[in-house]
Amino acid sequence: MFRRFFERFSWVDFILRLFQIGIIIAMVAGLISTISAGRYSNAQWATLVFAGLAQGSIYALIAMGYTLVYGILRLINFAHGEIYMAGAFTTVFLADYQASTGFLDAHPFISILSWFVLAGTVSTVIAVLLERIAYRPLRNAPRLVPLITAIGASFALQYTFRGLYGAGFHSYPTVEVLSGTVGILGFSVPVVQVVVIVAAVILMIGLNGFVERTKLGTSMRSVSEDKDVSRLMGINVDKVIVATFAIGGLLAGAAGVFNGLFRPVGVFFFMGFFPGLKAFTAAVLGGIGSVPGAAIGGLLLGVIESVFPNLILEGLGIPSANQLRDAFAFTMLVLILIFRPQGIFGEKLAEKKA
Amino acid sequence: MQNANEIPETTSRIALKYGLIGGLIAVYVSVLGMVEAFSLRPLVGDFLTLGYVLLVAGPIGAGILTARALRDRTSRRNGELASLGAGAVSSSLLLVLLAVIVLLVIRPDEAGAEVTLQVMFVNLTSGLAEILTFGLGNLLGALMLVLFCTIMGGAGGAAVLIRDPLRAGLVTGVILTLMVGIFSETVSQVLQQVSGRVIINLVFVQKSLRPIPAVLVFALGFSLAYFRVPRRTRTRFQKLPQTRQQRTKQGLYIAGLLLLIMIPWLTGLFLSQALFLIGLYIIMGLGLNIVVGYAGLLDLGYVAFFAFGAYAMGILTTTTELGITNLTFWTALPICVAAGVLWGLVLGFPVLRLRGDYLAIVTLGFGEIVRILALSDWLAPIQGGPQGVLHIPNPVIFGITLNTPQTMYYVVLLGVILAAFVTIRLRDARLGRQWMSMREDEDVSEAMGINLVSTKLLAFAIGAGFSALAGAILAARQSTIFPHSFNLIISLNVLAGIIVGGLGSIPGVIVGMLILVGLPELLREFTEYRFLMYGILLIVVMLLRPEGLLPEATRKRELHSDEPGMTPADAAPMEPAGAGGQD
Repeated sequence: MFRRFFERFSWVDFILRLFQIGIIIAMVAGLISTISAGRYSNAQWATLVFAGLAQGSIYALIAMGYTLVYGILRLINFAHGEIYMAGAFTTVFLADYQASTGFLDAHPFISILSWFVLAGTVSTVIAVLLERIAYRPLRNAPRLVPLITAIGASFALQYTFRGLYGAGFHSYPTVEVLSGTVGILGFSVPVVQVVVIVAAVILMIGLNGFVERTKLGTSMRSVSEDKDVSRLMGINVDKVIVATFAIGGLLAGAAGVFNGLFRPVGVFFFMGFFPGLKAFTAAVLGGIGSVPGAAIGGLLLGVIESVFPNLILEGLGIPSANQLRDAFAFTMLVLILIFRPQGIFGEKLAEKKA
Repeated sequence: MQNANEIPETTSRIALKYGLIGGLIAVYVSVLGMVEAFSLRPLVGDFLTLGYVLLVAGPIGAGILTARALRDRTSRRNGELASLGAGAVSSSLLLVLLAVIVLLVIRPDEAGAEVTLQVMFVNLTSGLAEILTFGLGNLLGALMLVLFCTIMGGAGGAAVLIRDPLRAGLVTGVILTLMVGIFSETVSQVLQQVSGRVIINLVFVQKSLRPIPAVLVFALGFSLAYFRVPRRTRTRFQKLPQTRQQRTKQGLYIAGLLLLIMIPWLTGLFLSQALFLIGLYIIMGLGLNIVVGYAGLLDLGYVAFFAFGAYAMGILTTTTELGITNLTFWTALPICVAAGVLWGLVLGFPVLRLRGDYLAIVTLGFGEIVRILALSDWLAPIQGGPQGVLHIPNPVIFGITLNTPQTMYYVVLLGVILAAFVTIRLRDARLGRQWMSMREDEDVSEAMGINLVSTKLLAFAIGAGFSALAGAILAARQSTIFPHSFNLIISLNVLAGIIVGGLGSIPGVIVGMLILVGLPELLREFTEYRFLMYGILLIVVMLLRPEGLLPEATRKRELHSDEPGMTPADAAPMEPAGAGGQD
């Protein structure tokens, strides 16, 4: 019996397991020490959680584009953050114009609707162009090659928009209608956050329904399983891929508008880079290739990075925990990938695929 | 790849299609402000500016593409006419742009409106309109623009359709002249070192070529290509007897080595700094090439080891209170590399079980975590936090302080030679074969008795050691290091360099870094548009040569295995890759 145990024993797995246990103990210790110290009130925690959920729903919307494209092409669309930026950056001018003419205050809902239309259009067009120029000619090349064009496209798009709209910072106007607070479960929560969370969740449920129910959605799932067989079944693979990029772009555009409502400042040509990375993290967290996974992953990531620095790092006695917010998000990513590579919802990929 | 059932395009449709593409390019560079910004940068005399060169690139490209598309087809009758047409079509989009500027920017501006389209598109200025109309007023200018674009389209077509020695001569001459104009700063710096100011003043007015030297440069390029000098030299060389060929080769090697040693004194301070940077990136590229190119482990967080090497050097040698040992550069250097290797083992261990994209993302996460930790106050007592590490001493050898780019170049050169030597020896050793076998198939390799754990860890560790070496050298050169210098862009840059050069090939790494690091350094005066060009360059190179510029033989075959004339057996990847000593 001992012999069989030692035959199966692997030092690598053993040390990884020790590492895992150590991390969990450290997290629990931080958690207990923060809570027992009672440094923050319940209302403060609720504020953090709701802000995290709103930020997380924006990540989740961007993550949809990553997860759909990865599911179909096994391509990390590094430039997806720039697609989000394109919509948000373009729409800020429309929003500004509407605010300066007073149209925004007179007809806030029409204005916001027009922002969605513009941002969605711009992001979709950029996404489709990107697929056509940078990815389609390389569909049969080794996997690293489209990754490099994606990196190139990311730079090119950033600096294209810098050339178009200038290098300055812009901000969205405040929308009066959305600027109050509402009471939820006895906590007062800004209306904007509630609107963003609810609208994003509706969009994501819609997308999930689209992928599960419609003919195009079925074709998308089929193409992600096997391109050649799908082609034999009469599916126009190119069209399905374009549609995938377009849907991802549309949602990224919507995310840009939500971001403008929730966090109006800081609109400039580099604004897509870090949300893009975070959204990718979210997609992987939930299990890349899965739509509900990306949604949950996004929301989870938002809450984690908003709550956990205060909850765990401060408990461990690490100063200025908020500086480490991003590091914490990436640490979560690393840990999840090491210990559960398929993510929370991901199917266990055949190893060749991964 | 043409589909068999595609409808054959008519000549006019081809002209229309490529004309519109060319027009889009022209509008793109105009709207981005490149045309206007570079209209202040003359290339030849004061009449040919870089702005106009960029502007006509679209129409010329339209002409070239049209003529090419028609040349490849059986009926090539109307090539010239079609390319003229394509040029004309490309001007239409410019006309639209002009109309937009006049109607939405200039008119409202004159009428005193507060908001014009310029609020959004910052580069739609009256200056751009003036350039587009050659300062002739709107109507006459628009006519001139159409005529100009048409002629340029025709010129592009001519560059394809003229017969060969003449064509090659003309094209080479024009390109060479433009290159000298664009790189005039670099050229004049070299001239300065070699000959002093007199010749520079003869050749250049400020940054622009004088007309007569321009003609001479053109003539040089023309005759080189027209009389096929390179090819003739090669045939003459091949006709030489074997022994003399060998002796000539040895002579060339020695001359090359001498050139490498002399180069900082030939090129001056500024270019030496560029060479120094290129050298650092080559060291890192060689390291990453082991991890990605040989072992097939995609690492996007390579900058972590670079930062680690730099900080190790900083903390070991700095004279401020952060310093712990006050070692000299030369004693600290091996410690830094050893620390990098150790760090590579530490970060490599948790990712042993990961493959492919997951590995890429985890390493990317590592890179970001290291950068954020370096920026935070938490670790500031150890490594200075956002203030960085200051007062790192320069290396001293034989009593000489190496504090100029020219002297530090030699340190980097040594590093590059060391890294290349280690890489070549490892590649051809058992370990290198194990890496490549692992790259092709992990499971089969394990079944063949390769210990995946140690093989992977060694790849990570050695790659990390190279990166730490580069970081340590950088720290000693700059005397200060800041956490901001170690961002994701460096990882991406190194990766892009080795892939553009050709994954797994050592000359490829060098070429890739020369292009991706060297070109932006030489074109520093265009700094506003550097990253734009960098991004577009990455896309274009990958589209045209997905295997890289100087690929490893095996990889090239794999990539082209689906082309006609290649059986799957030809493309079999499993023979010892790169062992043939093609480096």
